[in-house]
Amino acid sequence: MLTQLARPVARRLVALIPVLFGISLLVFVLNAVALGDPARAMLGQRGDPELIAQIRKEYALDRPLWVQYATWMGHLLQGNLGRSYHQQRPVSDVIAERFPATFRLAVAATAIAVAAGLGMGIAAALRPGSAVDHLLMGAAVIGISTPVFWLGLMLSLLFAVWLGWLPVSGYGDGALANLVLPALTLGALHTGTIARMTRSSLLEVVRQDYVQAARAKGLGEVAVIGKHALKNALIPVVTVIGIGLADLLVGAPLTETVFAWPGLGRMLVAAVGQRDLPVVMGAVLVFAVIYVLGSLLVDLAYLVIDPRIRRD
Amino acid sequence: MTERGPFRHHGVQVGGALVALFVGAALLAPWLAPVDPHEVPTGLAAASLRPPGPPNALGTDALGRDLLSRVLYGGRVSLLVGVGVELVAALIGALVGLVAGYYGGWLDGLLMRVTDTVMAFPSLILAIGLIAVFERPGLDKVFLVLVLLGWTTIARVVRGEVLSLKTRDYVQAARALGVPDTIIVFRHLLPNCLAPLLVAATIGVGGNMVAEAGLSFLGLGTQAPTISWGAMLAEGQTFLASAPWVAVFPGLALMLAVLGINLLGDGLRDMLDPRLKR
Repeated sequence: MLTQLARPVARRLVALIPVLFGISLLVFVLNAVALGDPARAMLGQRGDPELIAQIRKEYALDRPLWVQYATWMGHLLQGNLGRSYHQQRPVSDVIAERFPATFRLAVAATAIAVAAGLGMGIAAALRPGSAVDHLLMGAAVIGISTPVFWLGLMLSLLFAVWLGWLPVSGYGDGALANLVLPALTLGALHTGTIARMTRSSLLEVVRQDYVQAARAKGLGEVAVIGKHALKNALIPVVTVIGIGLADLLVGAPLTETVFAWPGLGRMLVAAVGQRDLPVVMGAVLVFAVIYVLGSLLVDLAYLVIDPRIRRD
Repeated sequence: MTERGPFRHHGVQVGGALVALFVGAALLAPWLAPVDPHEVPTGLAAASLRPPGPPNALGTDALGRDLLSRVLYGGRVSLLVGVGVELVAALIGALVGLVAGYYGGWLDGLLMRVTDTVMAFPSLILAIGLIAVFERPGLDKVFLVLVLLGWTTIARVVRGEVLSLKTRDYVQAARALGVPDTIIVFRHLLPNCLAPLLVAATIGVGGNMVAEAGLSFLGLGTQAPTISWGAMLAEGQTFLASAPWVAVFPGLALMLAVLGINLLGDGLRDMLDPRLKR
């Protein structure tokens, strides 16, 4: 199986190169447009001329743009994203410090979305057209249409302010209670899309002959769905889970702002407010790379689930 | 379920009603709003953060301004950004998709690489990054940034349609007869792409509205005195415990408007794409 997978995996990795190149180019152009002279932006109008000259040299700012880009890429490949103007330390340090909180939130949100979404989708598909089906799919559409930041505010109002069950906001030194509301908020949209896709995909599959055959053999409904239908129905669901990764990343700045969650998203928003451009560019780059790698993982998951794709 | 036509679908009915309500309220805001939404009443202490009830049906905000009037006026900004951005983005996207799909070759390769790269960013993250480039945020920047990011889906949809349409006999025949490319593209290809384009653009309107509200919520979108639901929600967060209505109503309005648009978009897709019918 591993040797079978090597070629398609390699092909997908190669296909990533132009996209990653494009991302880096876009971020570089943004940087150049926004800053004018990064050395001055870094040190301010009254910066020490000697230091400015040194930074100009280090980043090849006195050379043509393409040389600047190559130099910047060189720094980037060594993990050097520049220095934060505001915090006066390497951007990579700032990002590394904030990354774990966002990662934890994203994993929790995905877990909630996959579990709840699959459950809702399966429950709805078992009795299509029933009251349960309408109720669950109605909830899914509302979950998709509710803006993530408003949902966060309303959950916070209900469970923290009125009922007092959970903390209103903050990281709480990693306490589980602090994670619940942000993860529910961030996962809601994703839950809705997974539930809808699971339902329609299952309904598609149960009409196939082999499922009818399983029923005709006298297998119970649970065995038919669980053993025969679900595995094939999951293929489009995996796509939706992958696409949902983008929603998670997009929701991160909003959710983290609502819940004062010390992650990358809130850092990005704060950096825009402070016009701390190296941090902004670093965060945008990191988000984009996570997103691209996430899509790659989804592609790889296909290869494992659906052997037919390996052959193309 | 035997009924035919556009209203066969419950979703389209509900969605259409919500969208009509939203558009109507936004357009008629100057006549519907009980008071000037910017008016700060004198005797501020008495009017500030007043709960819903007469004379303020939805209560007042921290400056004592009438929330109902502000929600109504906030809808205008939301509608303007949602539809305005989508019109421009759809125009760009349709052109890119038509050119890439029809001419193919290196031009298609180049345009699709650009599209892929823009799509490779989670859109709101890139929008936030782009806003950072400007000295100060504002409605015009939100508009520009959302257009820059919004054309890609339409471009992909149109290109996909064109790729399959251009192999059809009627297009081949037109080409063989020496009909100029512009006529083939605009008279024979574009009209046949309109259905999927319309569906994608409808969903796009809702996306733009949520993006504008999100940016404004973060303080990176419209600035006071422009009234935006997102900015109202940011204020509502401050008073969540003492005056929850400030956060409830603008968000509810946004949610219902987006829900309506999504239902309408889903329904349109089912109606226009017979392959999806059960």
